[in-house]
Amino acid sequence: MTDDAGRIGRLTELLMRALDDELAPGEREEFERVLVDNPELAAEWKRLSRLKEVTTNMNLRNPPEEMWAGYWTSVYSRFERGLAWVLVSIGAIVVGSWGAWQFVQDLMADADLPMFVKWSILALLVGLVMLLVSVLRHRLFVSRSDPYKEIER
Amino acid sequence: MQRCYYAALGMVGSPQDAEDLSQEAFVRAFRARERLDPERPFYPWLYQILRRLCYNFTRDITSRRRKLERAGSWLVAEASVRASVNDPERVRATEALRERLEGAIGDLPMAQREVFVLKEFEGLKYREIAELLDVPIGTVMSRLYAARQRLAARLEGLE
Repeated sequence: MTDDAGRIGRLTELLMRALDDELAPGEREEFERVLVDNPELAAEWKRLSRLKEVTTNMNLRNPPEEMWAGYWTSVYSRFERGLAWVLVSIGAIVVGSWGAWQFVQDLMADADLPMFVKWSILALLVGLVMLLVSVLRHRLFVSRSDPYKEIER
Repeated sequence: MQRCYYAALGMVGSPQDAEDLSQEAFVRAFRARERLDPERPFYPWLYQILRRLCYNFTRDITSRRRKLERAGSWLVAEASVRASVNDPERVRATEALRERLEGAIGDLPMAQREVFVLKEFEGLKYREIAELLDVPIGTVMSRLYAARQRLAARLEGLE
């Protein structure tokens, strides 16, 4: 049976409902009748009942009390840090752009440097920026359009 | 917040990561608050954000490695069972069973694991799980059945 078959056989459905105490009125008698007539199903019922018994006796472990006490503070800190990163990013972009512009102006105004060196440095910088933008754009595109992102590998 | 934490714990199996992911879900929910329909219940909407985070987390190779490093015990035998077991042999057997179950749940495909945890540890009805995941009840039952088959096979021979 595939994970997402979306439907299971009637016997299996009864078995599951019985395990989870979700049988509709009247289904209990039907299930008990089927169980008597079908030894394979009875064996599976026994096997899955044992599993149910094990899981019924287990719980998710509670975290330490201190975690709950600091929970919302951490949520607030995360939000604050997110905002801080946005501001830092904006500031870095503005300052970086301004610095780059100043650098280019100084470079072009430097009379001692030969012209081919100036243009080579400019080409190098522009190339690096283009590479960076290209990689970032590609990563963004892949993360948004990956058709297999919900698939367990 | 507790419900969100436990849902994440069931999906990723690490208390520390469950805390991180559930908190991140609240942050993202706050940022996306204008998309929340006030006519509809909040938790299913939050849960969709949380499960996306958890799916991405378990898919990511780096976090898988981190998950293995952090893998600790995230299940616990019920207090009544612990109290009734005074025999050291039985205590060891219960611990072995818990460890085996944790490992087996951890190896389930995420879609099966999610349904199994919601049913067994959060005690939701099929209908409630179907609504939460936005899938038909038949899909919930088939995923749960597949999960149980795998887990029962893994626990065979262990008492």
